[in-house]
Amino acid sequence: MNVVVGYVPTPEGESALHHALEEARGRKARLLVVNTSRGDALVDERFADEGQMGLLRDRLTASGVDHEIIHGIHGRDASEEILSVARDRRADLIVVGLRRRSPVGKLILGSTGQRVLLEADCPVLAVKS
Amino acid sequence: MDVWSSLLDGFSTALTPMNMLYALVGVLLGTAVGVLPGLGPAMTVALLLPVTFALEPASAFIMFAGIYYGGMYGGSTTSILLNTPGESSSVVTAIEGHKMAKAGRAAQALATAAIGSFIAGTIGTLLLVVCAPVVVKFAISLGNPSYLAIMVLSLLAVTAVLGKSRLRGFCALGLGLAVGLVGSDPVTGQQRLTFGMPLLVDGIDIVVVAVAIFAVGEALWVAAHLRRTAAHVIPVGQPWMGKQDWKRSWKPWLRGTAYGFPFGALPAGGAEIPTFLSYVTEKRLSKHPEEFGHGAIEGVAGPEAANNASAAGTLVPMLSLGLPTNATAAVMLAAFTQYGIQPGPLLFDREPKLVWALIASLFIGNVLLLVINLPLAPAWAKLLQIPRPYLYAGIVFFATLGAYSVNLQAFDLAILLVLGLLGFLMRRFGLPVLPLVLGVILGPRLEQQLRTSLQLSQGNISGLFSEPLAIAVYVIVALVLAWPLARRLRPGTSRCTIDTQQDAGPDVDAGDRGKVSSS
Repeated sequence: MNVVVGYVPTPEGESALHHALEEARGRKARLLVVNTSRGDALVDERFADEGQMGLLRDRLTASGVDHEIIHGIHGRDASEEILSVARDRRADLIVVGLRRRSPVGKLILGSTGQRVLLEADCPVLAVKS
Repeated sequence: MDVWSSLLDGFSTALTPMNMLYALVGVLLGTAVGVLPGLGPAMTVALLLPVTFALEPASAFIMFAGIYYGGMYGGSTTSILLNTPGESSSVVTAIEGHKMAKAGRAAQALATAAIGSFIAGTIGTLLLVVCAPVVVKFAISLGNPSYLAIMVLSLLAVTAVLGKSRLRGFCALGLGLAVGLVGSDPVTGQQRLTFGMPLLVDGIDIVVVAVAIFAVGEALWVAAHLRRTAAHVIPVGQPWMGKQDWKRSWKPWLRGTAYGFPFGALPAGGAEIPTFLSYVTEKRLSKHPEEFGHGAIEGVAGPEAANNASAAGTLVPMLSLGLPTNATAAVMLAAFTQYGIQPGPLLFDREPKLVWALIASLFIGNVLLLVINLPLAPAWAKLLQIPRPYLYAGIVFFATLGAYSVNLQAFDLAILLVLGLLGFLMRRFGLPVLPLVLGVILGPRLEQQLRTSLQLSQGNISGLFSEPLAIAVYVIVALVLAWPLARRLRPGTSRCTIDTQQDAGPDVDAGDRGKVSSS
């Protein structure tokens, strides 16, 4: 069994990870942590750097849950990346964090969470920060 | 008329609410493009040229002045927080600035850069006020042959002194002069390089050239080389400085100004050499030499001041002789021509209101920049999160709109694309773009001086050497050209210069904006 979580180093991301850990433990599943960036802006604060990855690794190891980290830039949207990992690994659950965004903000920027919700083949757990 | 009362007149023009608004728009835009690596004030002014045709010339130039100074401020923010110089002139700032930021002193680095820029910019602009009229007095006495000689010197110096490869520089200059030749001969009316196309008879509009080379070329380059990275900006609060930082900064500020202004005012110009010299000097004079390489505040304060002082210095030959020595000044000179204003020594006499308003707005822009940059530096860094495809799509859109609106000719769009491709190839093969733009802008003016001199001497070539100053300048030209040869004969000196160039840190070609964005 596999649980996929989209991780970003923000409060939404942390709470998504928290719930994903609970789910994976409950289901005795392997937790796949995805952190990615499209990489077309010079700066992307949502792409975890070395320090943040270290903290993440420590936290996952401490939790004792069987896990795997998928971290890298492949030029794809975060939602595409999460969906493709979920599809390839036949995930049973996807966990995403949602943040509050105004309707206009959503119109312009879209939402990773929304795309995952609409396009996933498996159940999706959406967590608010 | 007294210089200071003219300057006060300039302030009265620049301080009207409308013009203040243009100054504010200018400094905001300038800072934004300065922060973003790959975009620069030259590209911005070129893109805005067609838009500003509807404005009063004074308002347009007040805005351009804001963009010009704003670009210098913005570049330092990116250098310090991301180690990616936004401008080639802030390459040196990145060396110590980024180290300071990594050591948790980003706030002090940003503060010393902003305050140093302000002080250097203000002193530089004051020196501009004092120097420019003196140079004008001298320049008015020049005949065509001397003027021609100075222009030749300036073109050669910019091409040979800046950038890494002289050969590439001269290739770019040749391309620029060739593009400048397109059209009808100003004396005989004969068609040159028009390939039988009637639409080329009027020549290629400089706006189209500048927009194609700076904007389209850069966009194509970024599209072809979009390196997928995601860096983090070093988090920073409100920039501030402690007592110790002030004590360590004020001398480098003044020394940097002393380096920057004369280098900017020389017809060779450029901010790269003075910023580097300032860095070396501060390293030598510092009481904390062990801190250099680990984030010494002097290494940020000096070069940043030199950078802004040279920006002010560049305006001396630009306004008093009509000789631009950096890309932004070149495009501003083209803007003068677009408004039907003849740049050159008579500019101060014919357009005193415009020139003094421009100079006054430099003072105002500097104050505005200090006010918006000290508290807002972290906010400016957020601009780096804009995905580049969005950014460059917008730039290509404005470039196309601008090129079309100059003459309302679809043919100009074809030229835009062809020259944009040329700009891309130049970046690809490491040709600096500045000599090309200077060649296009100065070429026709150079030709005019040459033809007039030859007409005065009835076609006799000795007419070009009829003035002592012209001969003196040609001697300097010969020295500039012979210099590499002399250096080759004395290998010791040449190795030394190469070493110092490599010391300059991030590998950035002086005139090559494309490399700045990709490195």
